[in-house]
Order: sequence, then structure tokens, then C-alpha cells
Amino acid sequence: METERQYPWRHPKFWPRATQGLLLALIGLLIAYCGSNLVANLQQKQLQVEFAFLQSQAGFNIGETIVAYKPTNTYAQALWVGLVNSLRILSLGIVLATLIGGVVGIARLSTNWLVRKLSTLYIEILRNTPLLLQLAFWYFAVFLSGPPFEKRVHLLGELSFSQRGLLLPDIALKLSAITWGVCLGIGVALGVWVWKIQYHQKIEQNEPSRPWFMAIVTLIFWGCLAWVFTKQAPLTVIWPTVKGNKTISGLLLTPEYSALLFGLTFYTAAFIAEIIRGGILAVPKGQWEAARSLGLSPNLMLRFVIIPQALRVIIPPLTSQYLNLAKNSSLAIAVGYPDLYAVASTTFNQTGRSIEVILLLMVTYLAISLSIALVMNLFNRRIQIVER
Amino acid sequence: MQSWQQKLKDTLLPQPLRPAWTWMRQNLLDSWFNTLLTLFCLWVVIAGGLGLVRWVFTQAQWEVVTANLRLIFVGRYPVAQLWRLWLATLLVAGVLSFSWGALQGWNRKVLLRVGCVGLGAVAVLVFADGMSALWCGAIALLIMGAGSGGAWCQRQPLWQSCKQWLPLSWLITFLVTLWLMNGGFGLAAVSTKVWNGLLLTVFVAVLSIVLSFPLGVLLALGRQSPLPIVRGVSIAYIELIRGLPLIGILFMAQVMLPLLLPPQANVDQLVRAIAGLTAFSAAYLAETVRGGLQSLPKGQWEASRALGFSTPMTLGLIVLPQALRAVVPAIVGQFIGLFKDTALLSIVGLVELTGIARSIAAQPDYLGRYAEVYLAIGLIYWLFCYGMSVASRRLEHSVGTQS
Repeated sequence: METERQYPWRHPKFWPRATQGLLLALIGLLIAYCGSNLVANLQQKQLQVEFAFLQSQAGFNIGETIVAYKPTNTYAQALWVGLVNSLRILSLGIVLATLIGGVVGIARLSTNWLVRKLSTLYIEILRNTPLLLQLAFWYFAVFLSGPPFEKRVHLLGELSFSQRGLLLPDIALKLSAITWGVCLGIGVALGVWVWKIQYHQKIEQNEPSRPWFMAIVTLIFWGCLAWVFTKQAPLTVIWPTVKGNKTISGLLLTPEYSALLFGLTFYTAAFIAEIIRGGILAVPKGQWEAARSLGLSPNLMLRFVIIPQALRVIIPPLTSQYLNLAKNSSLAIAVGYPDLYAVASTTFNQTGRSIEVILLLMVTYLAISLSIALVMNLFNRRIQIVER
Repeated sequence: MQSWQQKLKDTLLPQPLRPAWTWMRQNLLDSWFNTLLTLFCLWVVIAGGLGLVRWVFTQAQWEVVTANLRLIFVGRYPVAQLWRLWLATLLVAGVLSFSWGALQGWNRKVLLRVGCVGLGAVAVLVFADGMSALWCGAIALLIMGAGSGGAWCQRQPLWQSCKQWLPLSWLITFLVTLWLMNGGFGLAAVSTKVWNGLLLTVFVAVLSIVLSFPLGVLLALGRQSPLPIVRGVSIAYIELIRGLPLIGILFMAQVMLPLLLPPQANVDQLVRAIAGLTAFSAAYLAETVRGGLQSLPKGQWEASRALGFSTPMTLGLIVLPQALRAVVPAIVGQFIGLFKDTALLSIVGLVELTGIARSIAAQPDYLGRYAEVYLAIGLIYWLFCYGMSVASRRLEHSVGTQS
């Protein structure tokens, strides 16, 4: 009896192992080749990869900062200022983009024909032009083309718009804010607890109760307590005042910050609107009908049937939009807002240390992306369907 | 009894045309809230529209755009060599419309539309520049002719065996176009530094799309692979790239790539930019394709295994065709994103459409005319992106999953 010859490539493990070995060899060769070139190039330019330059004096000025910074500070401090500026734009951008995107997304589902068409127009225009162009438009054609400060456009009192930017009211915290914070924190925690108990009673035991009412009463009680302790408000709203040509008080958003905020927010909002519309449409029609036939009020129907199911579809793409916004905030360099990337770019131009700067940028942006992804994934896990 | 019959009639028979007032009452004024919304929107439309119309026709000075049209489209490409670009456009338009006609069919409606657009372009250009008008007319005629020719070929039995030559003809077209643009072999050489404006945007976008698609598919397959090393490498690449802003990657491609290559290798700035865009886009494309792969039922794999297909055959004949078909809209969305992302090249020193907008807005004759320039450039981007999304809806319809 003749046995079949054993070819080595007929062995079931042969091809998987060969493919992986080949891939490893290729990557190893690539790394060796690029690495040797890198070493040779660095030697030729007499550069070394080290981070000691971070401790030397930066020597350049940064247009707007919220942490103290002088040109005599070090590069490390300059990069820190850039990071704070980046976080400042992207945190506000994410909140505003979600709000506007939610409104526009729901408007696209409106029964009102005009509202539907207007929101479609908004989305189609903003989604189909590059963000960089929109930023340039906001910066050069809107904020820098505004009237000079003397002839500023008053929107409401001293709330005004001019070449210097948007003048908005500022909020200042007082010392009593700590007490207020503690009291309101306890109030919110207790309120949520009370609300949960009452809701449980209402849903499961069908007992009449007013969850919202009781929760708000709890909160108000703790608010009153805080007032009794401190006898003053936790914060004051500082209305902008202008004397001659100078702003005395109020929050002046620079044209750079405003342009970046407007550009990022409206651009991302167009994408978020489509995601939210898609999420709501993804809830099958039968769910709406079933909820209605159970006799749920529109409010309860949205809360218990529609929104939980829509959120499951919405959250993953929404996360990637937040990540996009965070990454797109690096376009700040186009409007001259000193964010992390802009400061890093200046650092590279002054020191010529490309590898170090790129490594720092990579690590920082990966950290920002990962923290956003982490928070959203935790939220996502909470709302996902619980299967047996 | 009568009313019951009437009701049945109402539901079964097509609704008669409703008068405008009824439509308005149902769609605009059906509750006090909607009425308020309608009034508010009307105010927005009327105030915004009037303001825009007034600005466009009285305040805006469009000379900054009309005087710089050549700069916007082809940048500083030498005027004496412009015929080469026209010829390249002619060639690409011919091959494109022939393939379209041969693969998708070609009806009178398209023919009519192309004719109208061509006539319009000729009519507009004939006053400005006779040469351009001539070329535009020729291109429109060629599109109509080649499209119809393709549609005719489609019906011939011989065509079915010739179909496989289409990719080769595209490769030849690409090489000839490159030769026409770059010069050499008897033509005067034109440096890539003067390929600006829309020319550069389209060139970079098309090349990056074509290069990133296979890379993205490979990465997606790698990420789904049961082989641990292949999977690990793919995941590391995709997640690393997706964590970085594009501008950082372009910066890396401009600064790091020369450091990683031998000193004598002098890589053109354009090539570095395309490499950066491709590397970036492939990672995002991989995630999109992965969605398609995951949507495929496991039974497809098992069935093809049971039929005795090898892994490459399973992938090429069973898995990929279905997986890619499922994510056509998302892939085109990625391509639109890539087209928009080419704008970032202006930050790393390439003068494409956005870069040319900046330099036009900085011309001393037209200081402060930002809005006109950016609106005009935005319109060009919008036409391309919107065109791509409309085409994707068509494509979805014709290769859709209904088969």
C-alpha cells in the first residue's frame, strides 16, 4: 500500500507560520534599514536624540495663555501652555458640538418641512467643505474683517463683536464657592438617591409619587443650607465694561480662539447631527408603536423606549467624532491659536529636534485620544444591552 | 356601508393631488409650536437670503476670483505648456466615460446633461478665452462620444472578453497623464513645484485614494486574521495612526522620511505628502472595511471551506466582494474625507487649492477680499465632495446588497 508523500507545505501549520515569519523578517529588515539610515543621518548632522533641550529657555512669546508664561520660561513650560490651550478648546468644542449637533439632528427629523430643509442645507454645506477652509473663512473673513473696536457691534449692552474678538460676561468664583460646592454636591447626591427610590415606587409598585418634585426639594433644601452657612452667592457674573478703548472687565475671546471654536464646533456638529438622526431612525417603527399602545406618555416613551435604543447606536460613532474634534484642534496653527501642535512646531523650528518633538506630540495626542475613548467606552458599556 | 366603502377607496386608491394650502397646513402649520418654528425659519431664510444676495451682487468684488481663475485651477503651471494639461484631461475624461458607459450603461439623460454642461462652459468661456472654450467643447464631445461608444460596446458579445483589458488601459492612461504633466521624453520638464491649485488637489487625492485602498483592505484583513503576529502588527499600525492628527503625520512625512532614507535619496515633497496621506487614510479605511468583514456571517467562511476553497480564494471570491459591497457608502465617505484632508497640505508648504486661496488673498491688489476667495474655493471643494456623495448613492444602488 502506497502512502501519500508528505509535502512540508501541505502541513496545516506551514502557511500560517511561513506568512508570519516572512512578515516578521520584512518588518525587521525595514526597521534595520530605516534605523541605520537614521543613525547615519543623525551622525552626519551631528544631532543626538535627547530631551535635555526641554529645560533650556524657549525665548518665544505665546499669544494667549491662561497659565502664566514668559518667553524666559523653558520649552517644557511652553509645551505645557500649549497643552492647556488645546484642552481649553476641545473641551468646550465637544460640549457645544454635541448640543448643536443634537438640535440639528432632531431638526432633520422634524415634521416641519422648512426646518427639515434648512438643517439639511446646513449639513450638506458644512460636511462637504474642508475644515481648514472653514477655519480660514471664520478667521479672516468673519473675525478679522469685523469692525474695529471703537465701532464694535453691540449685541446686548456691552456684549460686543469687533476685530479684537467677542466680549462676553465673565464669571468669578468667591471663596464661599467651596462651601456651596460641598453643599450642592451633597444635595445632588441625595436628590438622585431620593429620585431613584421614588421612581422605583412609581414604576414597580405603582404607587403615586413625584420623583422630580422630591429630588428638587432635596436640592433646594441643601442650597438653602449653603446660603445659611455663607450668606452670599458662590459666584458673581462680571458684566463687561469698557472705558475708552480698553476693556476693564469681562471675558474677551480672541479672534483666534473664537474662529477655532466656531469652525470646529459647527463642522463637527454637522457630523454629529447625521449620527443622531441615524441613531433615532435606527429604532424600529414597531418600538414607537408598541410604546404608544402600552399607553406610555410621550415623555416616558422617549425616556424608556426610544432614547436607550438610539443611544446604543449613537455612542460609538459619536466617540469617533469626539476623537476627530480633538485631533482637528491641531489645525489651530492655521489661525494662529497657540495650541499644543503650534507650540511644538515653533519648538521644532527653533531647535531642529524633529524626532523628540514628534515623539512628544505622538505621546500627548495618543493620551488625549485614549482618555476620551476610555470615558466614552465606560459610558458605552453602561448603556449597552444587557443580555442573558 | 357607504362610508366604509369610501374609507376603503381612500386607502386603496392613490391620493388625489392635494392643494397647496392643505400641504402647508400639514407640513408647516400643524401645531402652534410648528407655526412658530416656521415663522422663525422664514425669518432666517428671508433675512439671511436677502443679506447674501445683497452682498453677492453689490458689495462683493468678484474680480479677485475672475482675475485669478488660472491660478486657482492650475497654479503656476507654464502657460505655454497648458495644452498638455488639457490633453491629459481629455484623455482621462475619454477613458473614464468609456468605462462608465461600458460598465454602468449610459442613457440619454446623462448624454443630455453632459451636452448642456459642455455648452454652458463653452458659452461662458468663449468671451473670456477662446482656447479654453475650444478645449471644453472638445472634452464634452469626447465624453458624449466615448460614453456612447462604451454603451455600444457593452452590448457586443466580443466585449465580454475584452473587459479584462480595462485596468491595463487605466494604468496606461495614468502613465501617459503623468508623462504629460511632468514632461521628459521629448517634452519640456515641468517641476512639481508649479503643480498648484485644483490640479494638485485632484492629483494628490486620486493617487492617495488609489494607493490607500489596497493598503486599507490588507490592514483590515490583517486585523481580522487568526495569525497573532499579523493581527498584532495591523492593530498597532491602525491604532497608532488613528491616535494622531493628520497634520502631525504630514509633518512626520515631510521631516522624518528624509531622515529614515539614505542621504542621497532625494524624495520629492509631493511624494512625501502622498505617502503621509496614504498612510493616514489606510488606517481609517481599514476600520471601515473591518466593519464590512464583521457584518459577514460566519457561514460564508464555513461554506467556502466546505467547498474546498483555499484561504486566498475564499477571501478574493467570497468574503471581500460581499464585505466591500456592504460598506460602499462608508468607503466613499472616507474618500470624501481624504479629498477634504488634502487641504492640510497647504500647512506643510504645498500650494494646493487652499494654499492658492491664501496666496491669492495675500495679493496686494486684492487685500481684505477674503470672503470672496474662500467662498469660491469652498464652492469648488463642495462640488467635488457633493458629486462624490451623489455618485456613491448611485453606486450603492447599482452594486447594492439587493442582488
